[in-house]
Amino acid sequence: MTASFSWRRVGGPLAAILALSVVLTILQASGLAFWQGLFVNLGIFLILVLSLNLSNGFTGVFSLGHIGFMALGAYASAVLTLPLREKGDYLPNLPGWLAGVHFDFYLGPFPSGFLAATLIAAVFVSLIALLVGLVLMRLSGHFVAVATLGFLVIVRVVLFNADNFTRGSRTFSNVTPYTNLWWVWAWALLVLYIVWRIKRSSFGRAMLAQREDRWAAQSIGIAVMPPRLLAFVISAFFTAVAGSLYAHFITSFSPTVFYFDLTFRVITMLVVGGMGSVSGSVIGVILVVGLAELLRRIEDATLLYGISQIILAMIFIFIIVFRREGLLGQREIALDRWFERR
Amino acid sequence: MLELREVEVYYGGIRALKGVSLTIADGELVTLIGSNGAGKSTALKTISGLLRPKAGTILYNGQRIEGTSPHHIVGLGVSHCPEGRRIFGQLTVEENLRLGAVQRRDRDGVKADLERVYGLFPILKQRRQQSGATLSGGEQQMLALSRALMSRPKLLLLDEPSLGLAPLLVETIFNTIRQLKDEKTTILLVEQNARLALDVADRAYVMETGRITLDGPAAELKHNPQVEHTYLGT
Amino acid sequence: MNLVYYALQQLINALSIGSLYALMAVGLAMVFGILRLINFAHGDLMMIAAYFAAFALFANLPLPLAIGIMIVGTILVGLIMERVAYRPIRGAPDVAALLTSFAVGQILQNGTLLITRLLQKPSPLAFPVIGILSGVFAFGPITVPRVNVVSLIAGIVLLVLLSLFVTRSNLGLSMRAAAEDLHAAQLMGIDINRVIATAFAIGSGLAAVAALLYAVQAGQLTPYMGFTPVLKAFIAAVIGGFGTIAGAVVGGYALGALEVFLTAIPGIGDILPPGLVSPEVQTFLKTWLPGSLTSYRDAFVFVALILMLLFRPGGIVGRREREEMQ
Repeated sequence: MTASFSWRRVGGPLAAILALSVVLTILQASGLAFWQGLFVNLGIFLILVLSLNLSNGFTGVFSLGHIGFMALGAYASAVLTLPLREKGDYLPNLPGWLAGVHFDFYLGPFPSGFLAATLIAAVFVSLIALLVGLVLMRLSGHFVAVATLGFLVIVRVVLFNADNFTRGSRTFSNVTPYTNLWWVWAWALLVLYIVWRIKRSSFGRAMLAQREDRWAAQSIGIAVMPPRLLAFVISAFFTAVAGSLYAHFITSFSPTVFYFDLTFRVITMLVVGGMGSVSGSVIGVILVVGLAELLRRIEDATLLYGISQIILAMIFIFIIVFRREGLLGQREIALDRWFERR
Repeated sequence: MLELREVEVYYGGIRALKGVSLTIADGELVTLIGSNGAGKSTALKTISGLLRPKAGTILYNGQRIEGTSPHHIVGLGVSHCPEGRRIFGQLTVEENLRLGAVQRRDRDGVKADLERVYGLFPILKQRRQQSGATLSGGEQQMLALSRALMSRPKLLLLDEPSLGLAPLLVETIFNTIRQLKDEKTTILLVEQNARLALDVADRAYVMETGRITLDGPAAELKHNPQVEHTYLGT
Repeated sequence: MNLVYYALQQLINALSIGSLYALMAVGLAMVFGILRLINFAHGDLMMIAAYFAAFALFANLPLPLAIGIMIVGTILVGLIMERVAYRPIRGAPDVAALLTSFAVGQILQNGTLLITRLLQKPSPLAFPVIGILSGVFAFGPITVPRVNVVSLIAGIVLLVLLSLFVTRSNLGLSMRAAAEDLHAAQLMGIDINRVIATAFAIGSGLAAVAALLYAVQAGQLTPYMGFTPVLKAFIAAVIGGFGTIAGAVVGGYALGALEVFLTAIPGIGDILPPGLVSPEVQTFLKTWLPGSLTSYRDAFVFVALILMLLFRPGGIVGRREREEMQ
């Protein structure tokens, strides 16, 4: 399965990465805040969709609660990176051990504290995901979906009530804006690579097999529990990373941000692109973010607020009815084939 | 009354029926025999509208019915007693029977038929208020058959009525089938128990892997060496 | 006031909330029973019903007419929803339908938001006060809001009517059969489309009544108000035994009891006769428990759901749907 190294196979992706770096450099230098923001959004959503793709698309387990992991990652990392003084003013009732840490240190110009905080938050969320996963993996079909939705609600209630850590329903602001194009796209490419490799590996094929027919897979001896659980935890890890990136991008938020609208938007991107397709996710994100932006302009112009959501929802229904597998289904755009033709 | 012409049906990805053609005339009892998986049940399901053929036509009294909805086909007088009985365990015996007559408008006729069915199978009358799930296998089969009769069908499709039943009960069921035949009900009987089926039928078709391989009067087929060997175990 | 009266008062509250949950859960259960579809847009049907009622009342229509418009309008929306969004995907995997129901909900929510803005009404929208539903009934030391009593009565009456319909009529019989075995029901000659449409219609009508009572209690409407009720209704239905009407009813009342219990326990601290429990316990009941229980109430309810799904997927009443769960 692991093929030998060949320039043809690496050529395509390498060229794409190079092109991306050029684009990002130009963007960064240009100072066009709108476009920078758009690309940051694209990157963060890409991470979210790919993670969800891993969990939902490959194993057929539909998790509607992933944004809960995002919320936890956002809050955890934000609390960690708050500089000492802000912490004291802002979150006066933090327990001692937490009040003393502040991940706002640098390694030269590199914000290593941010990275550390992100990783710690992600690991923390992964542990929670492990517990949740153990519980939820015993269910299937629409019942998992609803149970995971329950998780989303539980997270929200907890965040609202754990005032001392989260400021409850009040806005959590003063977050240092560490997130920039490079951070986002570095993580995005990492996630892309990992999800892609998982899909291609025998582990990935086991998961796909499981999605097709749970009983058959079990009879062939593919252990049903571990792959699903592992996929779930990995996807939660990266969702938390996305949360951290998001928190340090918008710099102020409250639990209401991480709720149903965001969930539906991510699911729309997933479904449009095709569950089980990595390149589909990329396309799905680009299309939906682009479309949402366009529709938002129309909303502003016509004052018909809400129309963008309606249209997105209609597109969603349209795809489910007429092309359930999304644009790419489980297939991928074969980059190497493009290079072969030359 | 019923005619199938070159019917092709796909079940999942599998070609379950391959160019099946058969006819049934008014008042006849025709049986479809063959081993497991030959496609017999699929044929019945296609006739009653649960499955839609990919090709071919099904004519009922000259009308094309392939692809129409089951409830329309039932309205035309076709009644399907499914494999495995499929009675409603959560409903009472009487409710099951009333369901069989759900499309009928004549209250008195329904009542009369209910009494008739209780006459055929007194045990059902005894258990009329009990839920279907409490009945034994044999009683459930009686219920399923009676339920199919409640719609006063012109064409009765019976799928494996003897399956899983003790010999005594099988005899009872087949006696009832004989009775129905005497009353001129047209019946298409799918049966694994070829001997019983050929004893009671006028004509027979043999199905193997989705195709009709033999057909003819039941009396002839009973003595056909191939049939004897494969299905009658002699 | 002593413990007995307090308990009685809370019992009435529990039954009245239970009625609302039961009315909503029944609609979900009927549709799920037949189609295996969890219609999350059910909550938004409720929201639409409330808005219908609000606008009818704003137009100064008499109450019975407003209620009629609300019920008919909601049923129409429900039927359109079935025809346009759910019928085309019948037979599709369950998750597809679940997701579609979310999309439908989005359309309903944002549509309402849009229309409210266009009509230049504020959001949240204050629900007009309905004379006969406001105020309280006082029986001696017990005071119960009128709307609670009405909810209780309406719930029981409607549920009794529903059970009569389902057990006595042919259509009701067909629905029960379809819920048990859709294919066998088709073989009986039951018109599935009609049965499904009826399920949606009845569910929408009941949800509309629940919506009115809920709106009176909540006092204000937003386009997103349907989300929590539908989750609760779903939990109620699962707890009771998903897919069966009886289960939905039991679950609705069980959930109502659970919720009131969780909110009432803190109050007990104040009225426990002195000496019944130790001072430490009393303080616990008065201070720590209230904060955590009331605010975490929704979370507890979901935990209850998940526990139920894990250990007794059939619910309190329902049959074993083991294959569904594993």
